[in-house]
Amino acid sequence: MKYEAVIGLEVHLHLNTKTKAFCGCSTEFGNAPNSQVCPVCLGFPGSLPVYNQTVLDYAIKVALALNCKVQEYTKFDRKNYFYPDLPKNYQVSQYDLPLSIRGFLDIELGGKFKRIGITRVHMEEDAGKLIHQEDISLVDFNRTGIPLLEIVSEPDINSPEEAYEYLATLKSTIQYLDVSDCDMEKGSLRCDANISLRLAGAKTLGVKTELKNMNSFKGVKDALSYEIKRQTEVLDSGGKLTQDTRLWDAKAQETVAMRTKEGAKDYRYFPEPDLPPFIIKEDKVAEIKKTIPELPKEKMQRFIKDYGLSEYDAKALVASKKGALFAEECLKRFSDKNKKPVANWIIGPLAALAGSRACETSELGIFPESLVELIELVEKKQIISNLSGKVVLEEMVNTAKTAQTIITEKSLAQISDSGSLNSVIEEVIRENTKSVTDFKSGKANALMFLVGQVMRKSSGKANPKVVQELMRERLESA
Amino acid sequence: MSIDKKTVEDVAHLARIELEAKELEKLSKQLEHILAFIDKLSVLDTGNIAPTSHILPISNVLRKDEPRKSLPIEKTLMNAPDKQGNFFVVPKVIE
Repeated sequence: MKYEAVIGLEVHLHLNTKTKAFCGCSTEFGNAPNSQVCPVCLGFPGSLPVYNQTVLDYAIKVALALNCKVQEYTKFDRKNYFYPDLPKNYQVSQYDLPLSIRGFLDIELGGKFKRIGITRVHMEEDAGKLIHQEDISLVDFNRTGIPLLEIVSEPDINSPEEAYEYLATLKSTIQYLDVSDCDMEKGSLRCDANISLRLAGAKTLGVKTELKNMNSFKGVKDALSYEIKRQTEVLDSGGKLTQDTRLWDAKAQETVAMRTKEGAKDYRYFPEPDLPPFIIKEDKVAEIKKTIPELPKEKMQRFIKDYGLSEYDAKALVASKKGALFAEECLKRFSDKNKKPVANWIIGPLAALAGSRACETSELGIFPESLVELIELVEKKQIISNLSGKVVLEEMVNTAKTAQTIITEKSLAQISDSGSLNSVIEEVIRENTKSVTDFKSGKANALMFLVGQVMRKSSGKANPKVVQELMRERLESA
Repeated sequence: MSIDKKTVEDVAHLARIELEAKELEKLSKQLEHILAFIDKLSVLDTGNIAPTSHILPISNVLRKDEPRKSLPIEKTLMNAPDKQGNFFVVPKVIE
């Protein structure tokens, strides 16, 4: 690669408190327009905002989980601009004394960890929603004043893949804290990106563009890939890039420059006089720190160490907090030392079932002990084949019956006892004398053919491993 | 301290105020006086004083996360210059 991409991400996150940041209006999603508004969030003169204690606690929790330093003295500022979704004509945000600074998030790519710096995590409020029509716009202020965190990364990200991984890790980490549902579709997590190119190895930064309007993690990745291509072409053809804001058009799969008026970006920040500052003492920080659970990275490393799992398996199992809890219950109960089969069953068939039902693996109504029973029946006791196991698993989800019950009801059990298998084997040998001769003259494939015949005669219920052993013994002894 | 017309025009634009040439002249002079007055503060040495963002000695004013009733829709839209159903209506602006 001739150029190196330098990427920084700015994430806006809704906190899932019951009420808005500065008033007691509900934050519930999807209700009638303007049904969750009051004089404070509508910015009526004379109304006074009072900050939500839970928002401050959640914000500190996120800051700590992202390894940020929580500032002892922090305050709100007004960011002034005119737009119809902003009833006060300013957004309450933070400028020079943000809640927290200098953190980091470790992301894992191809078995290696990379540390992405977090510049700051600060508190602000969301704006309303505009619905544009032919020549008017309709305004819904239900979202106005919903608590937001802005999480700004350092420009430590160097590829679209890293950007994707940063977002996935950030989402997973925040979901562990139970402070936001991180749902990009509902707008509770949004992401803007800054990207510039420079010659590989260069120290100075190139001209950056700001990308907006991506509404999925994949959208962020695609927009960045497109922008790398576009900027490379401009630079290679000897052109000059201009610092502008571009919107991602997911349909056309391209970024389009936004028209911006000169000087429009003068926000004239000043301290918000209606909201006194916060003094956050060390004991408060320590108290909140105690409520932070084991986070995905630590959990992943512990799963590798305690259960001997691969990085890939461990990472997949810890992606969600509920899923990780479920997986660990299964891992603990599985009586074998090698826990790999448990990971395989959860990441494979169980995740597929959850995916088709749009829920988490832990929400399928299967208890860890039931899943482990099934896995042991398949992998250890070899009562049923792997394929039948998957059928049984689906039936368990549909009927809430145990694996053993389903196997008995559907008579799915494999035949493994040599007594009943031997008569079939004798039959097959009698009927396939040519293959028997082939095997004896050294054609190894003939064995598999004979095993296949036994499988067919038993309608697939014979245990193939046992059949193979018995068949080999029988042929070699004769 | 002098202030040029361009600056006054920019400030007027940011405040969404339209000024006529005569007003521009007058306000530029007035702004100059205001800034000159404020500038008197610069005789003080504030090098060792932390910037003041709030003058009252209070901090950590917080409320519990408990929902309260929002306004009924009739009241919310009572003074709206224009409305449609539950919505406020504004001229179309797309940034």
